[in-house]
Amino acid sequence: MSRLGKITRRSLLVGAVAIAGGAAFGVYQIRRPVENPLRPQEGATLNPHVIIDQQGISLIAPRAEMGQGIHTTLAALVAEELDADWDAIRVLHGPPAAAYYNAALAHGALPVADYAMRDWQRRVGEGIGAATKLLGLQVTGGSTSTVDAFERLRLAGAGAREALKAVAADRLDVAADRLRTEQGRVIAPDGTEIDYRELAEDAATRPVPRVALRPQSEWKLLGRSLPRVDMRAKATGTAQFSTDIDLPGLKCATVRICPHLGGGMESFDPAPALEVPGVEQVLDLGDGIAVVARNTWAAMQGAEAAQVSWTPSPLPATTEAMYDRIAEAFEARANSTMRDDGSPDDAEAQLEVEYRVPFLAHSTMEPMGATAVLEDGHLTVWVGNQAPRENLKVAAEAAGVSEENVTLHTVFLGGGFGRRVETDVTRQAARIAAQLPGTPIRLTWSREEDMRHDFYRPAAIARMRGAVAEGRATLFDAQIAAPSVTRAGIARMTGRNMGGPDKGHVEGAFDQPYAIENYRVAGHLADLDVPIGFWRAVGNSFNGFFHEGFIDELAHAAGRDPLAFRLDHVAPRSAVAAGGLETVRDLSGWDTDRAPGTGRGVAMTWSFGTPTAVVIELVEEDRGIRIARAWMACDPGLVLDHAIVRAQMESGLIYGLSAALMGEITFTDGRADQGNFPEYDALRMDTAPRIEVAILQDNPHMGGVGEPGPPPAMPALANALHDLTGQRIRTLPLKAHAPFLT
Amino acid sequence: MHALTVNGTDYQTDAPPETPLLWVLRDELGLTGTKFGCGVAACGACTVHVDGQAVRSCQVTLGDLWGEVTTIEGLAEGDRLAPLQEAWIRHQVAQCGYCQSGQIMQAAELLAETPEPTDEDIDAAMAGNLCRCGSYMAIRAAIHDAARAMGGGRAG
Repeated sequence: MSRLGKITRRSLLVGAVAIAGGAAFGVYQIRRPVENPLRPQEGATLNPHVIIDQQGISLIAPRAEMGQGIHTTLAALVAEELDADWDAIRVLHGPPAAAYYNAALAHGALPVADYAMRDWQRRVGEGIGAATKLLGLQVTGGSTSTVDAFERLRLAGAGAREALKAVAADRLDVAADRLRTEQGRVIAPDGTEIDYRELAEDAATRPVPRVALRPQSEWKLLGRSLPRVDMRAKATGTAQFSTDIDLPGLKCATVRICPHLGGGMESFDPAPALEVPGVEQVLDLGDGIAVVARNTWAAMQGAEAAQVSWTPSPLPATTEAMYDRIAEAFEARANSTMRDDGSPDDAEAQLEVEYRVPFLAHSTMEPMGATAVLEDGHLTVWVGNQAPRENLKVAAEAAGVSEENVTLHTVFLGGGFGRRVETDVTRQAARIAAQLPGTPIRLTWSREEDMRHDFYRPAAIARMRGAVAEGRATLFDAQIAAPSVTRAGIARMTGRNMGGPDKGHVEGAFDQPYAIENYRVAGHLADLDVPIGFWRAVGNSFNGFFHEGFIDELAHAAGRDPLAFRLDHVAPRSAVAAGGLETVRDLSGWDTDRAPGTGRGVAMTWSFGTPTAVVIELVEEDRGIRIARAWMACDPGLVLDHAIVRAQMESGLIYGLSAALMGEITFTDGRADQGNFPEYDALRMDTAPRIEVAILQDNPHMGGVGEPGPPPAMPALANALHDLTGQRIRTLPLKAHAPFLT
Repeated sequence: MHALTVNGTDYQTDAPPETPLLWVLRDELGLTGTKFGCGVAACGACTVHVDGQAVRSCQVTLGDLWGEVTTIEGLAEGDRLAPLQEAWIRHQVAQCGYCQSGQIMQAAELLAETPEPTDEDIDAAMAGNLCRCGSYMAIRAAIHDAARAMGGGRAG
């Protein structure tokens, strides 16, 4: 059975799309072709991104759909050049394969602020990107998917189109350049039409022609808000997530792992679990148990009933002791000083303050889960994930089979936000399946398990020194302490410890487009082993709050309007970022008088290549303070789909506001005190603001859109509270400090 | 054996009567359109209708069922989507989509009871349904649009 054969069978099984035979097309001409992982049962293959079969055209997506709309934009990139019929195109998650490497991930590797990057530095970044091909990092993250795909997937579409035309030219005895293509057909000058499906198999055997991409002026799909390819499935309940795979003989499982993080299991008694009706087995996972039952509820009841003795966590016993550990990092030498302008040590500080933000959970709507079955020595896993090759490797190890004997299907992610770049649930599902050969396992975590076994956004502390003179900032000196997400993540993925300056730790602070005479940002890495990971916007998620909170303080110290103050400092460095500030100023009517009982705050963060400015308006009501309205302006450069960009901006804003208002994970004896939504909630229909989004396209370089929203949303909220009440809150979450409606 | 009717189809199950409807639907009957989010009626992802009433299926046991069950799979009539589903597609509401079955089922009850809901009606009816992608603006617009499309009449 060929690789595509497997994809074909499983695709039918997961109901994403039915492929009967077919041809896979491709162009991979970035210096050296990558290996095409697709192997059709019938026909042939040119490239890893396009399959044409009797059902029509399918795009094989290199990135995971976790709500950000990427399948739609990736499909549009291919369809634009391929002249496919948009309404008929289907999208499948690509298998784990080096061909689907993400080159744009490397763009963030240079120790340079994005806004200030010179052309040669961008080229160096692209060179590193080409090298990532060798690593084959198939990761959905870093708000990079569109930037990475922009040329590659259009080339895939164009190459396939020209190959189809070449076959049609031979059949019709007409020169290829006299043929045109439209809606999945080749059309000859005399009106003769040939459907792509009739040309596909022959075309796939052709050498891939070199083709030029169409200019933007000829685009028909890109630049439009297209109907999303996943929308109907998600409105009808037919979209399949990790635990929606129905297989004959399926059993349901859940896990109960030591909640004292870093601790383990001393012993367990499965008897009380086995007494629960429907429970069939209790398995030893080393650091906890898995319970297998006829349904998930029985499994969860069983997991709770089992008697388990845990060994203690090595972590500090209280959250306060954890903050102390983080603060100790200030005593050691800085890991990085990636911004160091002027002579901050010689400048006298007028303001010296400390900011703090807590640990946060990803709290995806779908708790972690996976489906797995080991049959005849072959493991098949269905899991919504952001790193298929890593997950495949871990699954093979956990099941004790070779990687060739694992098939991993990426299915829809019920929210990712960085959580599903991890491999923990895949490891568990593979282990359980390996212990029960022939039995498909649907593994679902309880919400409590999900919240207590996250890879958290780390807590962080910032110490700020600042001064103003004549209406301008003369000193901005930040020290930032937190455990390193980058190091923790790389150690988990590669088993190696990373040295050198950690850019991710200070992103959102060192790389902001402000002109300040004495401007320094130093990063201090804390030694604290709470499991931490990539939480939407990563370092920007805390540094945006630190930077823009303190800028607001400096504006007030200077007696200036905080938006005008920002503009004065930003405009000399970046007209693009200044444009965003001006836009939210005008949209929100910033310069008009506030109604009594309202407060407004502003913030701007440049992250993931996209400067994003936010204004928040608070209204004091009888029952509390309402987050009434929000205005956003982002500039991701060339926009391929406005509706998707707008949705991501709204999403990021609400994710950030939710965290700033009420997000906090605390620990007692290494166990998270919060287990479910009543203790770790988020904004809802009645508490979310009305949002207006302006999308600008003055940025000469494409940026991301999934992550730039949260960083400015959080400080804009705190700054609005200051405007409303005069309280300067430097510790999140805000609901602990003011009577917000939640 | 326990009998229940879901989306007009009669089923028998030998699951224990204390089993929540959510898990009967998902694991016993294979109707996976209804989602698990919290297990404590705090997120609304598992919302279905029992006898026309929107309920959290994680809190309704099999033994306590008092009427016919409608899930997201039963909202459309054959290939013809319900007006709310069409509005959801027109407004491109879903992002990750995991909460949307519950959102739509909750909104369907709202429109059945309040054919022309105000923003305040929507706040009150939908506040129990969490969306971690933050699709609230689009949900609100889609509910208003569906109400218009239905002419203030039929349930979603």
